[in-house]
Amino acid sequence: MRRLRRLFLAPAAALLAVTLAAPLVIVCLYSLMTRGAYGGVERPFTLENYTRFWDPLYGAILLRSSWIAAVATLLCLALAFPLALFIARSGQKKNLYLSLVILPFWTSFLIRTYAWMFLLRDTGLINTLLQSMGLIHEPLPLLYNNGAVILGLVYGFLPFMVLPLYATLERMDPSLAEASSDLGARPLQTLWRVTLPLCAPGIRAGSILVFVPCLGTYLTSDLLGGSKTILIGNLVQNQFTTARDWPFGAAASLALMAVAMVLLLAARRQGEEML
Amino acid sequence: MNKRLLPLYVVAAYAFLHVPLLILAVFSFNASKFTVWEGFSLHWYAALAQDRDLIDAAANSLIIAVVATALATVCGTLAAYALWKRASGWISGSLYLSLVTPEIVTGVSLLAFFQWTFRFLNLRLGMHTVILAHVGFSLAYVVVVVLARLRTFDPALEEAAMDLGATEFTAFRAVTVPYLAPAVAAAAMLAFTVSIDDYVITSLVAGVDSQTLPMVIYALARRGVSPMLNAVSTIIVAGLGALVLLSERLRAK
Repeated sequence: MRRLRRLFLAPAAALLAVTLAAPLVIVCLYSLMTRGAYGGVERPFTLENYTRFWDPLYGAILLRSSWIAAVATLLCLALAFPLALFIARSGQKKNLYLSLVILPFWTSFLIRTYAWMFLLRDTGLINTLLQSMGLIHEPLPLLYNNGAVILGLVYGFLPFMVLPLYATLERMDPSLAEASSDLGARPLQTLWRVTLPLCAPGIRAGSILVFVPCLGTYLTSDLLGGSKTILIGNLVQNQFTTARDWPFGAAASLALMAVAMVLLLAARRQGEEML
Repeated sequence: MNKRLLPLYVVAAYAFLHVPLLILAVFSFNASKFTVWEGFSLHWYAALAQDRDLIDAAANSLIIAVVATALATVCGTLAAYALWKRASGWISGSLYLSLVTPEIVTGVSLLAFFQWTFRFLNLRLGMHTVILAHVGFSLAYVVVVVLARLRTFDPALEEAAMDLGATEFTAFRAVTVPYLAPAVAAAAMLAFTVSIDDYVITSLVAGVDSQTLPMVIYALARRGVSPMLNAVSTIIVAGLGALVLLSERLRAK
């Protein structure tokens, strides 16, 4: 019995060792080394790759990544809450409505991002329509800015917020809201003072599930932000490709990973079974 | 607000989620090259069939996805079964880690690792590195889906089989596997979906001969919008959509 179990676990364990553990160990080592003359890495060991984060240039990138991820998370929360509330109260059709939220999430993130390029660019649908209606004469600069990146992130990760919110709202005892209105609270008061506080675990879970991937985004900021919106993800990619400064790229990716882990573990410690 | 505003809002939210892709699909049938509707045409789909780069990339993507899905499904199903028998903090923790690691971090660390091993092995980046990477990141999805199904499985069924003389492995094969089949199929479809769609990790670990469809799409999208891109997007979205619906069906069983 124990032998079979070990046999069954072995391939997955080997895979995890090769595709997860060993690469992370290598990245940890590289982050402590010096950039080689032709790319690559060399000794001596150093902490310099980490102290470079204090450089205002990179500090600005960290700051921009954090606030873009934070704004996207707040927008997701604001947009997802009414939707989750509606789905949780829609009885029989719940599963259908839920599938309609999840379905686009599984149909190619890349193509969904491209869809916004198609809508937002200078010769895109929105500008073309506005121009043909005579509302504008010059195309509006809708693409390649922070706003476009935030829009793309909200579009991409909205389901991550809807699902945990829905899960908490669905479990909530409806008699609590009824009691509140029986005692004279107006619907908005009930929403603000009863439903929303009871929803706190879902809000926490959803916020982290959205914030973490937004912070590490590469694709959205590259396609919708253009070269003007460099975020941590783009910085990491750049160090490993064009800049060929692997040690610094490794340090940056570990910093990103550390932030993600701290947030997820903190939420788990609070008893967040959804994460 | 609830009675009238909420449904209105919900319609708008669903429109936000679905209309961009619908517009993309509609304009893939546009006769004009520009974003002005000039009549229905299958011109861009015909152009797709002529594009060698796209076809080669699509072939690569399919090979990678099929091989990676097969491997991830087998390893993931076996692992899920083993974890269901007795939990393992190390393995579960690693699987969780692989799910939550930002894609770009997974990509660069795999790249660094592959380049490091190439010092000792006479290999280069190519289809094999892409496949290995894809098996790695889709494994956790398979385990999650199969494990969910195992939670509803009654271990007494296996015990009964063994009481009747089956070996442990026979009991697994003849009793457990058939019970798991719908979840395993659903997991495979999910793994296929995440594999065929990945750009960030793939672009870092691919070699010159292993360009995938998302890589070609990405390059085209960066250069500008082409109606051909709308056509290939429509095909992918329709294909993946069908696959996901099927997978949801199977999991609900």
